[in-house]
Amino acid sequence: MKHVKVYGPGCKRCDATEQMVRDAASKLSIDVEVEKVTDYAQIAMAGVVSTPGIAIDGKLVHSGGLPDAAALETWLAA
Amino acid sequence: MTTHTNTLPGRVHGPSGWLWSLGVAAFVAVWWLVYRQLIPVSEWLTGLFPVDRHSHTGEALAFFFYDVPKVLMLLTLIVFAMGVIRSFFSPEKTRALLAGKREGAGNAMAAGLGVLTPFCSCSAIPLFIGFVSAGVPLGVTFSFLIAAPMVNEVALGLLFGLVGWKVAVTYLGFGLGVAIVAGWVIGRLRLEGWLQGWVRDIHAGGVGDVPSANLTMVDRYKQGIEAVRDIVAKVWIWIIVGIGAGALIHGYVPADLMARIMGADAWWSVPAAVLMGIPMYTNAAGVIPIVEALLGKGAALGTVLAFMMSVIALSLPEMIILRKVLTLKLIAVFIGVVGTGILAVGYLFNLIF
Repeated sequence: MKHVKVYGPGCKRCDATEQMVRDAASKLSIDVEVEKVTDYAQIAMAGVVSTPGIAIDGKLVHSGGLPDAAALETWLAA
Repeated sequence: MTTHTNTLPGRVHGPSGWLWSLGVAAFVAVWWLVYRQLIPVSEWLTGLFPVDRHSHTGEALAFFFYDVPKVLMLLTLIVFAMGVIRSFFSPEKTRALLAGKREGAGNAMAAGLGVLTPFCSCSAIPLFIGFVSAGVPLGVTFSFLIAAPMVNEVALGLLFGLVGWKVAVTYLGFGLGVAIVAGWVIGRLRLEGWLQGWVRDIHAGGVGDVPSANLTMVDRYKQGIEAVRDIVAKVWIWIIVGIGAGALIHGYVPADLMARIMGADAWWSVPAAVLMGIPMYTNAAGVIPIVEALLGKGAALGTVLAFMMSVIALSLPEMIILRKVLTLKLIAVFIGVVGTGILAVGYLFNLIF
């Protein structure tokens, strides 16, 4: 079970990113729990400067813009 | 610090770099050929309508048919180029460059980077906090935050396409000037205490920086295309509406009406333009075609530019977002300082041109 956090105040890209994470996870049949973090203080404390950001199991793997779909799969599979 | 990587081990590479470069070059060539045909095509289209070419309606139609494709084409090219350039910058890198910078030089650097760093107003708050908590001085952060939305590729592209390169370059110069000076002044005022309490308490602990992957040139071209899809898809409707409004002004508003209302002689016109701009929230795409039409009717350039800067840089919705991190006092200072800068630009322009 992987714990994924998607950081973003709630713009369209953030929702799209969340969906991408879910899609990639189901494609790889990896069990994930996706949490959306919309609180500015938490976003900033995670070190995310440009949203959306993605952290997998507490490790920040991406920030700023939509992630690359192929890259997302490797992060999840790692 | 842990290292992360964006690159895949067995990443599939599509067509090679030079093939892409060739494709881009071919696209630009075709673009240029089409661009040069725009006037005849627009005249031909206007001719299809049963109106006198020299009537008000004829003028408005010709204006519309020429300007819509012209602006969309210019915008596509400029947004693509900026998308490629921006792939070399990231907010994280910019923050690292600006952290601990002295005021003055730091403000100038921040304003310049504000133009080049990818920025979206929805991430203005995390970016603001990220900058301040990483030791970027408050005034320097403001220089960045003023320049980033005000001097953007859409505004520059439209000004270039509709009003001419001289005005576009001047807008770039004065936009940067306002961002540098306003940020410097805010820094001098030492207002760190006026941030919302929780912002001051954040010390972004492990500065999580995601090292940007080693992008190939192909990746950068792809980011350019992505930017075009993203931005042009968002603004095309505003451009058509804006040019439509501009076409009506162009065809129907009597010449020199604007000269009386927004001309250089009316001293109050610049402050009035700035005040009018604050509650208005259209993006550059909607406002610039109108600006162009007003100029054609004798409005003074400085007044019109002040209006534009005010609409883009001092927008009410943005203030409401900023309220989450700034106290009202600090927002008031922000509006005051930036507004004064824009006023100065307006008067200066009217004086020079």
